[in-house]
Amino acid sequence: MKKSGNQKENGKGGKALKKGHEKSTLVKALQCWQLYVLLIPALLWLFVFAYYPMYGLLIAFKDFKIRAGILASPWADPLFKHFEAFFSTSIAMNAIKNTIVLSLETLVIGFPIPVLFALLLNQVQRTGLRKTIQTITYAPYFMSNVVILSIITVMFSANGVVNNIITKSGGKEILFTSAAEWFRPLYIGSGVWQTMGFNAIIFIAALIGISPEYYEAAIMDGASRFKRVLYIDIPMIMPTVILMLILQIGNIMNVGYEKAYLMQFGPNTVVSELISTYVYKVGLQSAQYSFATAVGLFNSIVNFIILVIANFIAKKTSDISIF
Amino acid sequence: MAGKKKAMKMSKGDRVFMIANAVIMVLVCVIVIYPLYYVLLASVTDPVVVNSGKLLLYPEAWYTEGYVTTLKYAPLWTAYKNTIIYTVVGTLVSLVCTIPAGYALSRMDLVGRKPIMFLFTFTMFFSGGMIPLYLTIQQLNIYNTLWAMVLPVAVSAYNLIVCRSFFDTSVPIELLEAAKIDGCSDFGFFFKIAIPLSKTIIAVMALFYATAMWNQFFNALMYLQDYDKMPLQVVLRDLVLMNQANQMGSSGAEMVTRQKLAEQLKYCIVVVSAFPLLCIYPFLQKYFAKGVTIGAVKG
Repeated sequence: MKKSGNQKENGKGGKALKKGHEKSTLVKALQCWQLYVLLIPALLWLFVFAYYPMYGLLIAFKDFKIRAGILASPWADPLFKHFEAFFSTSIAMNAIKNTIVLSLETLVIGFPIPVLFALLLNQVQRTGLRKTIQTITYAPYFMSNVVILSIITVMFSANGVVNNIITKSGGKEILFTSAAEWFRPLYIGSGVWQTMGFNAIIFIAALIGISPEYYEAAIMDGASRFKRVLYIDIPMIMPTVILMLILQIGNIMNVGYEKAYLMQFGPNTVVSELISTYVYKVGLQSAQYSFATAVGLFNSIVNFIILVIANFIAKKTSDISIF
Repeated sequence: MAGKKKAMKMSKGDRVFMIANAVIMVLVCVIVIYPLYYVLLASVTDPVVVNSGKLLLYPEAWYTEGYVTTLKYAPLWTAYKNTIIYTVVGTLVSLVCTIPAGYALSRMDLVGRKPIMFLFTFTMFFSGGMIPLYLTIQQLNIYNTLWAMVLPVAVSAYNLIVCRSFFDTSVPIELLEAAKIDGCSDFGFFFKIAIPLSKTIIAVMALFYATAMWNQFFNALMYLQDYDKMPLQVVLRDLVLMNQANQMGSSGAEMVTRQKLAEQLKYCIVVVSAFPLLCIYPFLQKYFAKGVTIGAVKG
């Protein structure tokens, strides 16, 4: 952050020097035309695959016909017809509830664990050992959802190792992969298992950046290890923690639907049907484009509002924000 | 663990804390490793032993029929080939889009830098969503082609920010000023000076994009139609999660052998599709860590 500040000043200095020439913005833009050329591939992508689909959101307010295209399709009457249709279904409230509950639980359980892990790992003093533990805990991050789910299935299915142990010790077989009450624990648990090590990287980096002087002073004062963690480590990484928290909240409604979809199995659909899995089903599997787009748009807007609120609160209370 | 060096200074409370910490760390490592190790063991162990519900700790009762069948199963290898093609092409396209753009956006003298950056950042928090993107792909006539797998995910705003932050901090502005005095153009500077200085970020970007590409599942489901174009993840899902592995064994085999095989096949397929990546990642993971930390500088 400091570095970029310096560069900004450099930039300003450069501007001041050139002021004598009274260059217009246009001339300056023309002078860096080669930089625009370097931007072309990314800009093309931006307009075709990011902003053109946003224009496509219009079909949420139309009765979209694929032959007619977006513009020629007639407006929905009333305009919010598809939204109203969504809210009048019983599936809607359930999907909204499932999405919010699952993402809140993921956040509340999944967010603090990597922070805690980073704090504890930082207490391991041998560098080699610390690096080894880190390498081990990253491993699951590189595997796809399908692989993770395959591992869950082979371990937790009716004749998997977990159930074998349960029945051998006299317990009753548990239908982990299909029972509704086990969907969230499995989803969140496997999420923590997969991302804990990787999500901790950023906090570990923040911890390494703490100046040793603080610890030296604390040791002189006789602070125990636990107190050093409590009064030095935690306050020092707080800005990073808040920043990561806002970013996570900013994606709260985009909770991993790929995994939820893969985990959907018979009876657990009551809790595993999310807004996004529902969009996929009605939109692509039964081709109700306008309706599904309206549902998706509702999801995006709610998500965006939550992000803006979280960002606002963080800015007010701690001066940290993403925009 | 840390006892030897600081034993003198350590109070009783500290010692308890360190021991508790060591126990937690060991537990964490076991929990992370054991499922992977178990799958690996089960893929080479007699299914009778696996199903007996024992905790496997070392390979006992070898049984490798599963791998013999897996290696002979052609659709799996077609899928493997597809995934490799998608990953290689996708990573190249992504790099061509991201690296030059990241550099251009790091230049303070780029007119319109802030609004352009905002346009990219905005995509991290708001998007057209599933259906409009699907219709875009239909309109572009790239549905059911390689490009449907590659182009929609060609740029990630997050990666672009990481890349820009790297150039911000690692290519000194004095270097640019000196080169400009010598009459170097922006192209010249980018290709001859910035690129050679940025091997790290290219490696980081290649890794980020390649892993994402390799693991793509849902996009394949949405944007591809023909089964022989499907990537590994889709075939893996069908075989393991949708239980189609039962049909893999040779039809002539006896019922008992086939059932025995079906269980083991799942483990073998998981190993074959996940472990190549797991084997190379310890060598590459420092780049991942680097990428995450570079990105954090700017938030």
